[in-house]
Amino acid sequence: MNILGIYYYWVFAILLMIGFYVVIAKLNLIKKLIGLSLFQAAVFLLYITMGNVEGASAPIYGFGAETFSNPLPQVLILTAIVVGISTTALGLGIVVRIKEEYDSVEEHEIQEMDRR
Amino acid sequence: MNALTAHLPALQVIVPMLMAPFVVLLRARNLPWVAATATSLLAFSIAVRLTMIVTDGKPVSYRMGSWAPPYGIELQVDALSALVLLVVTGASSLALIGGRESLAKVISADREPYFFAAWLLALAGMAGIVVSADAFNIFVFMEISSLASYVLVAGGPDRRALPATFKYLIMGTIGATFYLIGVGLIYMMTGTLNLADMELRVHEVADQKPILAAAGFITVGLALKAAIFPLHVWLPNAYTYAPHVVTAFLAACATKVALYVLLRFDFFVFQQNLIGHEFQFAAYLMPLAILGILIGSAVAMFERNIKRMLAFSSVAQIGYMMLGASFVTATGLTAATLHMFNHALAKGGLFLAIAAIAIVTAGCRLSDIAGLARRMPWTFAALVVAGLSLIGVPGTAGFVSKWYLIDAALELETGGAALVALILVSSLMAVVYVWRIVEAACFGEPAERRAASVPPALAIVLWAAAIANLGFGIAPGLPLSLSATAADILLGHVQ
Repeated sequence: MNILGIYYYWVFAILLMIGFYVVIAKLNLIKKLIGLSLFQAAVFLLYITMGNVEGASAPIYGFGAETFSNPLPQVLILTAIVVGISTTALGLGIVVRIKEEYDSVEEHEIQEMDRR
Repeated sequence: MNALTAHLPALQVIVPMLMAPFVVLLRARNLPWVAATATSLLAFSIAVRLTMIVTDGKPVSYRMGSWAPPYGIELQVDALSALVLLVVTGASSLALIGGRESLAKVISADREPYFFAAWLLALAGMAGIVVSADAFNIFVFMEISSLASYVLVAGGPDRRALPATFKYLIMGTIGATFYLIGVGLIYMMTGTLNLADMELRVHEVADQKPILAAAGFITVGLALKAAIFPLHVWLPNAYTYAPHVVTAFLAACATKVALYVLLRFDFFVFQQNLIGHEFQFAAYLMPLAILGILIGSAVAMFERNIKRMLAFSSVAQIGYMMLGASFVTATGLTAATLHMFNHALAKGGLFLAIAAIAIVTAGCRLSDIAGLARRMPWTFAALVVAGLSLIGVPGTAGFVSKWYLIDAALELETGGAALVALILVSSLMAVVYVWRIVEAACFGEPAERRAASVPPALAIVLWAAAIANLGFGIAPGLPLSLSATAADILLGHVQ
């Protein structure tokens, strides 16, 4: 197995780590949510690539294709995307409420205000 | 079995899930609460019926849409799931019955329908995690219950509830996504999502490295959700600033459900099927459990806010459950599952008592409850009973599970005595923090001497919880037989 041959796993791993880094390192709450979305998107990519069969067509029967890609991971990820969107929407909703209450979306400023 | 009984595993999830959108439509005052409470009680009765069916040790399996597993989605209820279902639906019912006045203080009338809809979704999600035998379904239900509990926590009156919820959301989502990566890796190697099928096929996989990585991802992800030390940092603030009744509900079951999935994966799927897993699981989680017990109890001893104190005590109690499971013996697993049940009773009772106290006081700091025992003696009597159960005093439910835990530690070949000492020391630490509440309440000088009244429904559920703590301490038959069967089922796959 050569390293470039599995480049899509590298894309998954790198994207995952970028997202994870943003979640941890950024203090702005919106940037944290962007990182979180990236983190989840990387996992979607992992599922989609694992279902792909080289040279195969979409799993629609009756159009002369011999081999099909596995449709199940795609279906799973459809659900996971919905979950991801709900999480982002709820997270942004909470950020709006935080902005109303604290007049800031910076984590360190909020912590500073709570300490007082 | 008649036609309806056969569908109980599905109804356990469907009833609260379908009721949630209806509750949103109910606009009259108190009606959402009535509907949510009735639904929760119905879910509880379904759980009781399911428990009666599975007590003989044979699991109930349900095929969603009659599609046969492993291709169709399977729901499965065995003794372990029945025990967790009882905890989830029971805690939700008690908290809802007693919580109307307490919640009315923090949730305005126009937001009530949404709040109770979120409550039912959280209930449906947790029940779904427990009955599902499909790894991806568990993920979806986990996110349903988590998203709904973020909403519940954010309903807290203090603005600090919002950053606490945000932290909970970020860490909860990372946990769930880690779990999803793990499931993906297993699916990649085995081509199945059904847990029972996975168990057979993991065994056959030639290259076990991806599965080992998957076990790591799943364990870390679920440890985040279950607030296993050191991944517990979201828990104290979320519990502290959530509405009191929500804390009673979540403290009793949210982390246990994640722990349940962890046990399912580690014992059903991985243990004995994966080379090196015994070492990965037991030898890796035991130190974390020990650290969690010690540090959680130590922080609780010095905490001034009662809710925060009890939240840190939860971190320690989760450590007990992990410790029991990490022994990988029948007694250890019995102790772990039994402690899930007993800790839910004790901690649920304590947080209900705090909900009752908070109706009278301004806050939840130790200074706020000074001398309050003279004003509300019955509430504090119930609090003390639940506190004794948390400590593990003989005659209460907490004692039974600690007894089994000590028993399991003594069965070990090495280090058993040290672990017994650890359990005793941490129990003494629990004595200290429970005593601090009692001391403040009994010997402090009250601001006023008027007797304070608690809503009757809350007083009744509080005492129901306290009596359950005593009852299951004297006659632990039902939870004990369920836990023993659960331990057998979990270990049955080890042989």
